[in-house]
Amino acid sequence: MSVTEDLIRRYEDRLAAFEERLRRIESGGTAVAPAMRGVSGRGTGLRLGVDVGGTFTDLLLLDERNGRTYTAKVPSTPKDSSIGVLNGIEKICREAGISPSDIAEVMHGTTVATNTVLTSSGALVGLVTTKGYKDVLQIARSYVPGSLGGWVIWNKTAPLAPLELTIEADERLDANGNILVPLDEAAIRRDLQVLLSSGIEALTIALFNGYANDVHERRVAAIAQEIAPHIPLSTSAAVMPEMYEYERTETTVVNSYVRPVVSKYVSNLQNELKSRMGSQVNLQILRSDGGLSSAQAAMDMPVNLLMSGPAGGVSGALWIAKQSGFQNLLTFDMGGTSTDVALIEKGVARTRRETRVADVTVRAPSIDVRTVGAGGGSIAYVPELTKALRVGPQSAGADPGPAAYKKGGEEPTVTDANVVLGYLPADAKLGGDMDISRDLAAKAVQKIADALGKSVEEAAEGIIAIVNENMVGALRLVSVEQGYDPREFALIGFGGAGPLHANALARLVNSWPAIIPPGPGVLCAYGDATTRLRNEASQTFVTRVAETDDGAISGMLKDLADNAAAALTEEGVPRAEQEVTYQVDIRYRGQGMKLTIDVTPEALAQDGIHGITSRFDAEHEQLFTFALDAEHEIVGLRAVVQGAEKQFINTVAEKGGTDASGARVHSTRIFADGAWRDAGIYDRGKLRPGNRIDGPAIVTEMDSTSVILPDHVGIVDTVGNILIWPANHQNAR
Amino acid sequence: MVATIVQTNQTPFSRIEVDPITLDIVENALRNARNEMDAVLFRTAMSPGIREQHDAFPMIANQEGKMVVGQFGSFLYGFINGYDGTIEDGDIFLTNDPYSCNGAVSHLNDWLMMMPIFHDGRLVSWAAMFGHMTDVGGKVPGSLPTDAKMIYEEGMIIPPTKIYKAGKLQDEILNIMLHNTRMPEWNKSDFFAIIAALRLAERRVRENIERFGADTYISAMWDMLDRNRAAMGAIIRMIIPEGDHKAYFEDWIDDDGMGNGPYKIACTLHREGEVAKFDFSASDPQSYSSINFLLNEEMFKMFFGAFTINLFDPQILFNDGFYDLVEVHIPEGCILKPKKPAALSCRTHMLGRIFDLMGGLLGQGAPDALNAAGFSDSPHFMYSGFDAKGEWYQLFQIGFGGIPGRPAGDGPDGHSLWPAFTNVPNEFIEAYFPLRIREYATIPDSGGAGLHRGGNGITIAYELLESGEVSIHDDRWLTYPWGVNGGEPGMRSTKRLVRKNGTEENIPSKCDRISVEPGDILYFNTWGGGGWGDPLKRDAGLVALDVKRGLVTEAGARRYGVVIRGGAVDTAATEALRAQMAAQRGDTKLFDRGFSSIAELKERALRETGFQPPQEPVFRSNVRMAAE
Repeated sequence: MSVTEDLIRRYEDRLAAFEERLRRIESGGTAVAPAMRGVSGRGTGLRLGVDVGGTFTDLLLLDERNGRTYTAKVPSTPKDSSIGVLNGIEKICREAGISPSDIAEVMHGTTVATNTVLTSSGALVGLVTTKGYKDVLQIARSYVPGSLGGWVIWNKTAPLAPLELTIEADERLDANGNILVPLDEAAIRRDLQVLLSSGIEALTIALFNGYANDVHERRVAAIAQEIAPHIPLSTSAAVMPEMYEYERTETTVVNSYVRPVVSKYVSNLQNELKSRMGSQVNLQILRSDGGLSSAQAAMDMPVNLLMSGPAGGVSGALWIAKQSGFQNLLTFDMGGTSTDVALIEKGVARTRRETRVADVTVRAPSIDVRTVGAGGGSIAYVPELTKALRVGPQSAGADPGPAAYKKGGEEPTVTDANVVLGYLPADAKLGGDMDISRDLAAKAVQKIADALGKSVEEAAEGIIAIVNENMVGALRLVSVEQGYDPREFALIGFGGAGPLHANALARLVNSWPAIIPPGPGVLCAYGDATTRLRNEASQTFVTRVAETDDGAISGMLKDLADNAAAALTEEGVPRAEQEVTYQVDIRYRGQGMKLTIDVTPEALAQDGIHGITSRFDAEHEQLFTFALDAEHEIVGLRAVVQGAEKQFINTVAEKGGTDASGARVHSTRIFADGAWRDAGIYDRGKLRPGNRIDGPAIVTEMDSTSVILPDHVGIVDTVGNILIWPANHQNAR
Repeated sequence: MVATIVQTNQTPFSRIEVDPITLDIVENALRNARNEMDAVLFRTAMSPGIREQHDAFPMIANQEGKMVVGQFGSFLYGFINGYDGTIEDGDIFLTNDPYSCNGAVSHLNDWLMMMPIFHDGRLVSWAAMFGHMTDVGGKVPGSLPTDAKMIYEEGMIIPPTKIYKAGKLQDEILNIMLHNTRMPEWNKSDFFAIIAALRLAERRVRENIERFGADTYISAMWDMLDRNRAAMGAIIRMIIPEGDHKAYFEDWIDDDGMGNGPYKIACTLHREGEVAKFDFSASDPQSYSSINFLLNEEMFKMFFGAFTINLFDPQILFNDGFYDLVEVHIPEGCILKPKKPAALSCRTHMLGRIFDLMGGLLGQGAPDALNAAGFSDSPHFMYSGFDAKGEWYQLFQIGFGGIPGRPAGDGPDGHSLWPAFTNVPNEFIEAYFPLRIREYATIPDSGGAGLHRGGNGITIAYELLESGEVSIHDDRWLTYPWGVNGGEPGMRSTKRLVRKNGTEENIPSKCDRISVEPGDILYFNTWGGGGWGDPLKRDAGLVALDVKRGLVTEAGARRYGVVIRGGAVDTAATEALRAQMAAQRGDTKLFDRGFSSIAELKERALRETGFQPPQEPVFRSNVRMAAE
């Protein structure tokens, strides 16, 4: 307990320094009065971003009216997260000199849905399918992972809706939604009575071809509600009205699976907030796609929250990018057991219509975040047979953790390698909650050194190189594979371990500069607070382009836009401030994939469908090197409606000198590029805009440590980012 | 004739020492490149066979053509040695002729494309990929005629041909090819999708060379090959006992679709020093119909290696490096090395059965690694015709069945033994083809009983909505997927056609051009996996759960000696039944095939399957080679 308190004190000191820096930056120059736009109409313009992590709860308060920000960090309270959140709110309000009831909006990114899946702690879900399709989750897509002979070692996990709790409804629709077999109501009522009294905690109804017509799903739901009025119900047509029975069923089941936990969490938090802040407070939850959802929508469709946590990080990166003028970014969020990467192009994060958490894949839109199962805790090993150096997927986790943490871990981890190399200095007291032992780290890494016949430093460098290569694979997936050249992107590193590896990764993929944002640990809270309100409405509409016309398409899109806009209007965004974008999913008839083409209502009115097909051809060629003269087919239509954009800090800050010696706290040695080198350790809190730090160097701050490699230079920009460039880069001279 | 490689830069590569960590990085980079090749292909291909089911296989090889990443082993060495012409920067070769690439592809549907990758005027690598085209012409839709006697009946044959020359598409050749298929649009898209994947591999290889240097890259590939050789050397010593004793195993393809069968494939295995020796001499001669499988010896080595390495280091990039540690003998004229112009199109059964054969053979030396017989096939369902609007439709679908019981656990139900393969969503099929899938479910009790249960097969009820024709290629309707270590065999496959007027027909395993009318329903039932280990030792609670899940019936639970009453285990009755069954049965069998001899099996064929047993095949002693 005392250790934690001590830790919090040290954090508070560092936070104070950080906030001081922000304040200085904000008040330093001729600050442009921030634009007063958005949902601020009915309140004080105070928005609060809250990110609940495993160890800490981070908060960020944005004062739109005065263009100020405040941050706070308090310990998380895993048993009831709302306690930690409320503690943080008390603290941040005290510092900002406001009352909690002044805060109009609370934006929250949460990992509660993800953790429910990861820890298999969701609801017991019952499932209703169409007659003949009881095994839809058992058979899945028949896919066995691995290469030739992979089936020899693969064991399939049981479906989230157990087969023994799956029943069939005697009914059938065709692919156009016409009824072939009417629903046998008596039979399904009888079977539901048994199922609903079997102890299930949530019910999923996913009928075959239900995406084309939800008449039977609604009827089954109504009958279930008559029997069990309080059972949480999810129907596939409401959750994911798209073709592909396995994916739709799985997505809806996952919605049911996480729903009771998420609902309890959100409603509890909302009640607590209201009791402390007044009933006017508006809680909104960050969705996987980076949009915001009302508390109620979050409770109804929690499947949209599976990537809420990582989306906060990407949104934070987006915000940092805007402040510092970088429009194209690769985001790199490295934690203890996994790493998330994503791509931002022209200030917009790429999204995809699929979300993955561990073994579970659902068709819910999310920011295209790729997760690599490797982080600071990943264990390195050398298989006896092949003598290859492997890192992960096994992780030392929090307990025992890396060997360097002195909690009994003996296996060599990525963190241990960083300690051996001096990147995580054992003598610098870090904000992290552990003492660090270089001896124990070296002892663990020695195992690898012995197996490879190398020195302990070489082995450590090897571990870092392998784990970086895994990250490069993920960065490739979001960039090159999507047709983007990483050299046209900067790379932003955050999360606990991101700033340690960002420089090395930028060097591998040639993405400059490597950006270390201020307070890499609170970036998610930034993302939560700065996110725009967003809603979308979509429908599957499979038709050949030749068989429809401009009028029909734009009519349907307009209806969808009206639909999506209504929710935003309800949230207080006047229609005039809403921005509408249409999206058309399109492909060559016969293809399975589809590309999403964005188009404004104005462009659609002007160029019609032809404008969309020619852009599809161009994008197909960019992505896949060829286009076809085949027939085009529309697959789906979507309207996305967003609130106005936020701009909080529009400052031109004081420019400090290039000399960073004022922040240099002491000297150290690090091992890089095959040799020990002298390096300085810098305190981030003392760095000033304009300061230059020549690599090799280590920069420490509250909960993270940054590495600047030899022949690289870190320059502090006007908003406090460290921009790392190769020393001979034109921007570094 | 050896191909002439045209290089503008004659500097030889020098093999240098590569730091083991750099080596691992190159390995990761190549693994990523291969995954990207797959991703590009699956996103852009059109035929459901490639796009949804992933019937396509990429490869990256070193400059000599040895596979460094991929799945089916390298055929490039054979191609380079057999091709009479030049290999130049910008060339891409295409072939589908098994007889001119020594079985690198094994039927005409597989279009194989091979691209030499040059850097700075030197040949540095190869990329290759083959994919199954839904149709390549020939006498039946789908180009897999059961009754073909010669390969010429199976579609258009393309010997190794430059489809790109100096970077330029030879569109007249492509045009000829597309004019010889019933599905030109699909083939065209699939063709360009494969080209896009190859070009991506080319970019990756060049990036790697720029990053590491040509000598390091080339040397790293050699090192990866060596690393595999060392690993496989250890595995071979571990699982194959040295000495004169030869392990022997045999298995069968039930029939050839023309009333003859079963056809035997048989192999012996022993180790001399560090070399494993496989000998297929006891296999049957080639068939008159299209079930022959031209098995490339190198490909068999790859099957063997990939199959076994999974048990030891699944992360390794498996490659060709160990080939000199394995000798494979397949006599000419054998059903696994038929002579041209033998028909080959329906080789899928034999290709799958090779894995059961290999499992049975290896398991004798390493009983702990012994799996039961699995879903060793890729049964095909094909349906084609003109719809009401006069448009041609043609569906080719691969079915799945039970993964066998394994030391690792139960076999999954209705899954694929082939890597990357997936089923086609039924809603997709209903939206695009005149079909309705009334039922798509596992078949209770079809997985063999065992301590680890064999996976169940699948029943698919296809309701056909247009007048058209159906072709089917399947097997294991007569022989069973065997069980091991006391496990029982899985259930056989069956096919039943229920006409709209209510009459029912049993449909044989291999047939073409079954006329169907709107409203007819075809029940396509695949087989289950064999069981592993003694079923009497399976936890009775697990058996009861399987019963609750509908995967095992109450009657089927008795195969485990488990008595279910009112949904729960009757413990006393179970103990009594298990004791009684154990006493009657005696010792458990290493292999349980479900029959004592082929003659005994044939004797009960009609009674059990509704079909007359196939005739014993008559083989001609020598098949004359056709003029090349």
